[in-house]
Amino acid sequence: MDKAILLVEDNPDDEALTLRALKKNNIRNEVVIAHDGAEALDYLFGTGQYIGRNTDVLPQVVLLDLKLPKVEGLEVLRRVRADKRTKLLPVVILTSSNEEQDRIDGYGLGANSYVRKPVDFTQFMEAARQLGLYWLILNEPPPSRRS
Amino acid sequence: MLSVSDHSITKKLTRMNMLVSGAALCIACVAFVAYDLVSFRQAMVYNLSIQAQMAGANSVSPLLFNDPQAAENTLSALKAAPSVISAGIYTLDGRPFATYWRDRNGQDQTLPKVPASQTEAHWFKDGQLVLVRTIVFEGKPTGTVYIRSDLREMTHRLKRYAGIAAIVLAASLIAALLIASIFQRAVAEPIVHLAEIARIVSREKNYGMRATPTGKRDEPDILIGAFNEMLGQIQERDGALQQAHDELEQRVEERTAQLATANKELEAFSYSVSHDLRAPLRSIDGFSLALLEDYADRLDEEGKVHLQRIRAATQRMGMLIDDLLNLSRMTRAEIRKETVNLSSLARSVAEGLQEAQLERRIDFRIEDRLEANADPRLVRVVLENLLGNACKFTSKRSSACIEFGKARQNGNSAYFVRDNGAGFDPAYANRLFGAFQRLHGATEFPGTGIGLATVQRIIHRHGGQIWAEGAVEKGATFYFNL
Repeated sequence: MDKAILLVEDNPDDEALTLRALKKNNIRNEVVIAHDGAEALDYLFGTGQYIGRNTDVLPQVVLLDLKLPKVEGLEVLRRVRADKRTKLLPVVILTSSNEEQDRIDGYGLGANSYVRKPVDFTQFMEAARQLGLYWLILNEPPPSRRS
Repeated sequence: MLSVSDHSITKKLTRMNMLVSGAALCIACVAFVAYDLVSFRQAMVYNLSIQAQMAGANSVSPLLFNDPQAAENTLSALKAAPSVISAGIYTLDGRPFATYWRDRNGQDQTLPKVPASQTEAHWFKDGQLVLVRTIVFEGKPTGTVYIRSDLREMTHRLKRYAGIAAIVLAASLIAALLIASIFQRAVAEPIVHLAEIARIVSREKNYGMRATPTGKRDEPDILIGAFNEMLGQIQERDGALQQAHDELEQRVEERTAQLATANKELEAFSYSVSHDLRAPLRSIDGFSLALLEDYADRLDEEGKVHLQRIRAATQRMGMLIDDLLNLSRMTRAEIRKETVNLSSLARSVAEGLQEAQLERRIDFRIEDRLEANADPRLVRVVLENLLGNACKFTSKRSSACIEFGKARQNGNSAYFVRDNGAGFDPAYANRLFGAFQRLHGATEFPGTGIGLATVQRIIHRHGGQIWAEGAVEKGATFYFNL
């Protein structure tokens, strides 16, 4: 079975549009939605509402927005990279911002990609297609912890 | 460096005192000795002439009676005067009549001839005094008397004088030394003290020091007073300067803090715009497309056109937001200047532009070896905008020609980007660089009207100027310097 995609997105419109874009591109993987940074961390580390979740099962890729309630996207990334369970997890920053500082910080904290969400939905769909192609099909994920 | 003590005013004063008193004493001694010498000589001549007259008077009768022996006896009385070397009596016709010699064993025992013209004279010769007198008896000359004397007494006297002068000189120099040491206290000490204080002040920059006044209301005291006053003024001025400096520093700090706050707010604003303002646009565009895709069968043509217009407007707004953010980023960006090869930078921008419009053939003419001291990233934005504009406004030309080079304009050298495109009406040239100002309709040439505003801001931040020349349909030239 295909691994899940963790989409960390607080804006319901963006969530719907992202899901639509993935669906339109025939990406059938399960998409787990976290509506803020804390929820994303709970999912990854099996805490809070995800207590008891098997944390050995990691998503194929995390699509991470930067501006998030509770815990900011960059902080989520920092904690993911700091934890040995998740430090190799592919994280793609998917955000509205084109601020240079965000890109520097994102890559500095170990993001695997930085994708800016375009206003033009046609372009957004193209971005989603390429993301899916690359991270779900072409890219070989890091070996799982157990192996 | 010369040591102060070598030239100290104390030593100078002492030396001056000694010199003055020494010189005065020497002159006085010389004057005294000269005067004494002259009067002594006069006295010698006087004494000798008395002796000569006495000898002459006593020789009258021997002369009259032709008795030389008696005359010699008379002359031998001169033994009482030890300085008389020799003496003689001459007859009227100049013959030696009688002689006297102090030392009988002298070599020359003959009397010299007395010239007839010098029978009433005296002269000094070879350290000796010679005196000749005519012997007169009852108003008639009877013979001549001759006396020769040495100056032994005068030499003695001179030696004594020299001795006394030396002792007096030494005594007065010692006295002068003592007086100088007393004067030193009164004159030199305040000046030495002042010099020492001045040295400390200039070495340690301690303007709080003060010289101690003598309280004698003399020139050194005035000097010390004026010096202290000047130190006071310097201290006052230093204080005022320090205060002004502190105030300025504080003001700069305040302004810097205000600026930092404003900058932070601006950054937060930009960040928020960057993230939040675009999200609703994405929704509008995304759901408009969803409508077009999923509900196409329920929309008539007009409905579809409306949705297309909504999408075009949102995309345009997205562009505007991006350009505005870019403009504000250029305003805030820190400038890091280095030597930039403008020619190769322009070439790389031109290549990018050509690749984006492969269907067009654009003739780029880029001057070689153009360099500037500027921030390479920002200059790239300038060239991207200017060359990009040139491409855009030549898009309706069959053969587009875009030049980049350096030219002299109004006596200054300036870089320029020239095209043979649509140009502009010079009447609106001043509106070219305003944000959101466009001289062409969006349908004619697309754009947000922020590009040139961004370029101008970058040029201004480099301390340069930008201006444009052009005419409608005659192309445009943008000049700038950095």
